[in-house]
Amino acid sequence: MKIRMVRRDAASHLAMVGAPVLALVLTALCSLVLFAALGVDAGTALHALLLKPFLTWYSFSEVLLKMAPLLLIAQGIAIGFRANVFNIGAEGQFIIGAVCASAFPVYFPEGDFPVMLPAMILAGGLGGLAYAAIAAGLRTRFGASEILVTLMLSLIAIQILNYLLLGPWKDPRGFNFPQTVMFPANAQLPRLFEGVRPNISLFFALGASLLAYLLMERHFRGYQLRTAGLAPRAALYAGFSTSRMIWLSLCIGGLAAGIAGASEVAGPLAQLQRSVATGYGYAAIIVAYVGGLRPLGIIASSFLISVIYIGGDSATVSANLPIAAVEVFQGMLLVFYLMTFTLIRFRFEIEREAPA
Amino acid sequence: MSAPALLALSGVSKRYGSIQANKAIDLSVRAGSIHAILGENGAGKSTLMKLIYGVEHPDEGQITWNGKRVELARPSDAQALGIGMVFQHFSLFETLNVVQNVSLMVPGKPAELAARIVELGSRFGLAVDPNAMVHSLSVGERQRVEIIRCLLLNPKLLILDEPTSVLPPQSVRLLFETLRRLQADGTAILFISHKLEEIRELCDEATILRGGQVTGRVNPRDHDARALAQMMIGRDMPQLTVSDAGEPGEVRLKLQRLSQPRSTRFGTTLDGIDLTLRAGQIVGIAGISGNGQQELAALISGETRAAAPEMVQILGQPVGDKGPMDRRALGFSFVPEERLGRGAVPDMALSDNSLLTAHRQGMLRGGFIQRSIERSFTRQCIDDFDVRTPGPEAEAGALSGGNLQKFILGRELLLAPDLLLVSQPTWGVDIGAATAIRRRLVEMRDGGTAILIISEELEELFEICDLIHVLHEGHLSPALPRARTSAEEVGAYMIGAKA
Repeated sequence: MKIRMVRRDAASHLAMVGAPVLALVLTALCSLVLFAALGVDAGTALHALLLKPFLTWYSFSEVLLKMAPLLLIAQGIAIGFRANVFNIGAEGQFIIGAVCASAFPVYFPEGDFPVMLPAMILAGGLGGLAYAAIAAGLRTRFGASEILVTLMLSLIAIQILNYLLLGPWKDPRGFNFPQTVMFPANAQLPRLFEGVRPNISLFFALGASLLAYLLMERHFRGYQLRTAGLAPRAALYAGFSTSRMIWLSLCIGGLAAGIAGASEVAGPLAQLQRSVATGYGYAAIIVAYVGGLRPLGIIASSFLISVIYIGGDSATVSANLPIAAVEVFQGMLLVFYLMTFTLIRFRFEIEREAPA
Repeated sequence: MSAPALLALSGVSKRYGSIQANKAIDLSVRAGSIHAILGENGAGKSTLMKLIYGVEHPDEGQITWNGKRVELARPSDAQALGIGMVFQHFSLFETLNVVQNVSLMVPGKPAELAARIVELGSRFGLAVDPNAMVHSLSVGERQRVEIIRCLLLNPKLLILDEPTSVLPPQSVRLLFETLRRLQADGTAILFISHKLEEIRELCDEATILRGGQVTGRVNPRDHDARALAQMMIGRDMPQLTVSDAGEPGEVRLKLQRLSQPRSTRFGTTLDGIDLTLRAGQIVGIAGISGNGQQELAALISGETRAAAPEMVQILGQPVGDKGPMDRRALGFSFVPEERLGRGAVPDMALSDNSLLTAHRQGMLRGGFIQRSIERSFTRQCIDDFDVRTPGPEAEAGALSGGNLQKFILGRELLLAPDLLLVSQPTWGVDIGAATAIRRRLVEMRDGGTAILIISEELEELFEICDLIHVLHEGHLSPALPRARTSAEEVGAYMIGAKA
């Protein structure tokens, strides 16, 4: 008996939905083994990881809080990924967005600036865009890989953040901690619900999802991006400009990450501090891929990954799970997803050897 | 014929998914014979050869060698028995020399191998320099290297898959001479082809395949080409009568001293190419692939920009510095030789593949895609050009090569171009469809379209072109009017004997 992979006539919609589910199940099974090896009660660990986030309104609201930046960044970079432009430095664009947005409350700490919030969001978005544009310029002009450039720019962004927090922007009354002043009330995004932290940046993210959907599934420009990713030589044949694709992909990704960064300092942090760089930019890569790089899928995957984040936090506390195990769980989810992803375009066929 | 056949297949079947590639095939090859496998594209010839060479395994049936049952699990099993195969697409490393390439498959010290290569070469008319780098060899020479590599393993049966499709007429003569000498030496040859006259000239026996089944077992010399065609395609060879072109109209494409240095070491430098193509004219470019065809097509389409704008002029406008979209806006359309990944996106539905170049047909409103127009255009293309597919939603990658070619050609023709460039219009397309494609092209010409065809098939060019150029090592021959040239003259340009 032999098992072969056979190409489907068209991508299977069932498998498109089923692949992430299967990946989640496989991840859960493997982590059972992993957790058992660590001597952690697997049931408690999975309960904490996957169920606890839903059990109280507070922890569910924290899921929504995490989801906003993940969703926004992932929608932005997924557009580039589909065009084979790999902006993996959204973390850096996120930080620069946070920095640019913070300039307004830092220089107007009394909130005496008329359009504080719009200015912050705009500055954050443009800052992220400009930072990603460096990679686009280097790629189109010199052929430098945007993968390396965006990744290295992220490291530079952290140093820019450090410099500002340890030097010019340090809160003079902050006991020498590397952080800015607390932002005035008019530099903080309105919250969605009384008493919990999610704010209107969730709407930015959902709005971005709608725009991403219209661009990628309905608009000719999105079609060109998809073509460039699926068959670069077909894009060349049709005459779609490669450098325009690179600029567009990186600018959209940088814009989204920058707005997410601005929303973070104008949201839960309410000041610029080192902990703004928590890895949303990297986690968004996983979110984008688990969502199949499709706008609707990314909404689901950003929710799922947020659940695992919050669940992971509680698992380290209540199930005594090391933080590394939570990261392994997230990593396994991506790997299994990439494996099951093949099912969308291929099916297995069992072939019986001819009787001898 | 009392001795058992050298190779015999009985009741061999092979199925890929829903496609029955071979069905209950019986085949018997005598030692020392030249046996033809005749069939058109998709008849199951290649599958059959893969079964014999151990690349694939039959679902049913058995293979015997000298009367003994054999199981061929992999090509090395077939080689151990004495079966050698020369593939249609050569498997040589261009960056190595001949001896190095040979030694990858044949054991022995380089110096000894070189001596044996020279010896075999002189014995069978396969002259080749053992120390030459493969990238510097012509196609004919590369084929000789492939054959020698097989011969060094002392095969009793040599399989050649469409060996003449890449050769100029003069080299075909040399190849046949070699094959006859091998036959005299006792080697049996399986000669796969769809070219009837060649088979009648060379082969003692022929097994004819159609739709995966054997439809005839004959001595090809006893039948004329028409009877063989009957067996091969199940009906008379479709005839295409091409009326003479009317008076050609205005100049639609002009290449003026078009030169371009090669972009890679294995590319071809184009050197001062001049060409004029007028409305209502079909001009063909003959020559063996790899002599600058791809470079020339990309320069005309705009995928590669020319060094100066006036080197390429479309409908009177210098466009050498313009991209494909600007050239298409002038009324240019193009069918490339690579269908998957260039002419079409394999992972996209056919309707989305229409959008690739037909987006100006009202498929966009404010940049947003009008799905209904996209679908009706695709539907029309499928109907008009007889594309066999479940519908506009099928992905391009799921279509057979011939059907995809019909789709791409249909898409480009439906754009009603003033200037059309077609590269290898009938590669991998069955005879009926190929005739239909040629008829379409002639109709377009009669409607006033200027058509440039780049093709390796000389017969095709002689059938439909008004003028023929030959491209050899980046040089373009002068225009040869079809009525006043011959295969011999074109062949002389193809091998550089005339320039």
